[in-house]
Amino acid sequence: MRIKEHPILEFYPGKKIKFILDGKEFKGYEGEPVAAAIVAAGIKVLSRSIKYHRPRGFFCAIGKCSSCLMKVNGIPNIRTCITKLEEGMKIETQKGKGDFS
Amino acid sequence: MKRTDIAIIGGGPAGLSAAICAAFLGAKVTLIDDGLELGGQLIKQTHKFFGSEKQFAGIRGIEIAKKMIRDIKEYDNVEVIANATVTGYYEDGVLIIIQGVNGDILKKLKAGRIIVATGASENMLSFVNNDLPGVYGAGAVQTLMNLYGVVPGNNVLMVGAGNIGLIVSYQLLQAGIQVWAIVEALPKIGGYLVHAAKIRRLGVPIYTSHSLKEVYGNDCVEKATICELNKEFEFIPGTEKEFKVDTICLAVGLSPLSDLLWQAGCQMKYIAELGGYVTLRDDNMKSSLKNIYIAGDVAGIEEASSAMLEGQIAGLNAATSLGYKCDNFIKLNKSLKEELKELRANPLSEEIKIGIEKALIKEGRD
Repeated sequence: MRIKEHPILEFYPGKKIKFILDGKEFKGYEGEPVAAAIVAAGIKVLSRSIKYHRPRGFFCAIGKCSSCLMKVNGIPNIRTCITKLEEGMKIETQKGKGDFS
Repeated sequence: MKRTDIAIIGGGPAGLSAAICAAFLGAKVTLIDDGLELGGQLIKQTHKFFGSEKQFAGIRGIEIAKKMIRDIKEYDNVEVIANATVTGYYEDGVLIIIQGVNGDILKKLKAGRIIVATGASENMLSFVNNDLPGVYGAGAVQTLMNLYGVVPGNNVLMVGAGNIGLIVSYQLLQAGIQVWAIVEALPKIGGYLVHAAKIRRLGVPIYTSHSLKEVYGNDCVEKATICELNKEFEFIPGTEKEFKVDTICLAVGLSPLSDLLWQAGCQMKYIAELGGYVTLRDDNMKSSLKNIYIAGDVAGIEEASSAMLEGQIAGLNAATSLGYKCDNFIKLNKSLKEELKELRANPLSEEIKIGIEKALIKEGRD
């Protein structure tokens, strides 16, 4: 969900673009963090922990906590909170340590 | 290898201030920042600042950030390395920088002076299911809402009634998001009462001597239980209250991001009043190593106004130590320190002052 009205801020998002998350198509704004676009799409689980496969979500937003590591365009362990969304990006929920397959 | 006079690590309020000050004096400055945008935490601060006019009182953090980012672009002698993390320091003043989303660009930079302005990271709190999606750091909630206009969740429980907890609660309400309560483990509200009064007027209860006990949910937060605490900070059985929330916002303090200072071999000390491990420093913001200066939250958790002043002091002293001329150096240095002192002349800064006293390397004792 996105904020529709705000008393102080105005948002000037970039171009509306498509991205693929786990095979499904979603829309987000060019240049916003990948993880923000995913949260805006109503999805909270970004990855699964290594040992107990616990769900992991958006947490720190500054690339420090490792909670948002996802596979982006085939590369695992991308910090999606500080990675800009691009047209046609292929994103996958990461399970455990991630792999390049 | 590339060379620079002053490398500044971190482009938040402290780093930007240091960069502007050092560049003004003519030093060649390289500013390295790991965020998507410069400005650190300032770019999401929608509230107006306190302090004096010189310290941007009455101006919103986002506007201050915009001004400083504009200022920095005016200087040809400032290079910005964005989206980059400094991962290592060598004792001859060489920094290892990893840049890019995949970290595939490696750079080396030799600097005459280094100003570490890396800021802080948010503290975690232990409670059952604290790793569930829907549990956010307060800074992350601000980023989503104020920078990108994204709703982090619809029903929020705020943990922590310090300034960050109070301000972010107010910002959530401004964004049209329901805040059900603020819980605070201490017996009293830690932040400014002006902020607390604003929140209470909007009908949000603040439970002091309470903490979050447990969060429930399958794949994300669905419910939370808070509980009253006794004087020993233990839960009092039977005082549990339940909230149907999908979001927990943690505003339980910050810790200095001092990893680089450790690695550089600065003399580190745990000072609770400053939020954790900090390097010892003199009142010119020079660390225990003569080529490394510090500014902002890495020097002790405080706020943006003091971070900007510390940044100016660090920038001024680093540049002049390299021989850059500043006609009224003594006067300027003194007046910046005076401003900082004035800013800390309030009861809420008592702890900070005690902490800084413990971290201070006094003249002649170096």
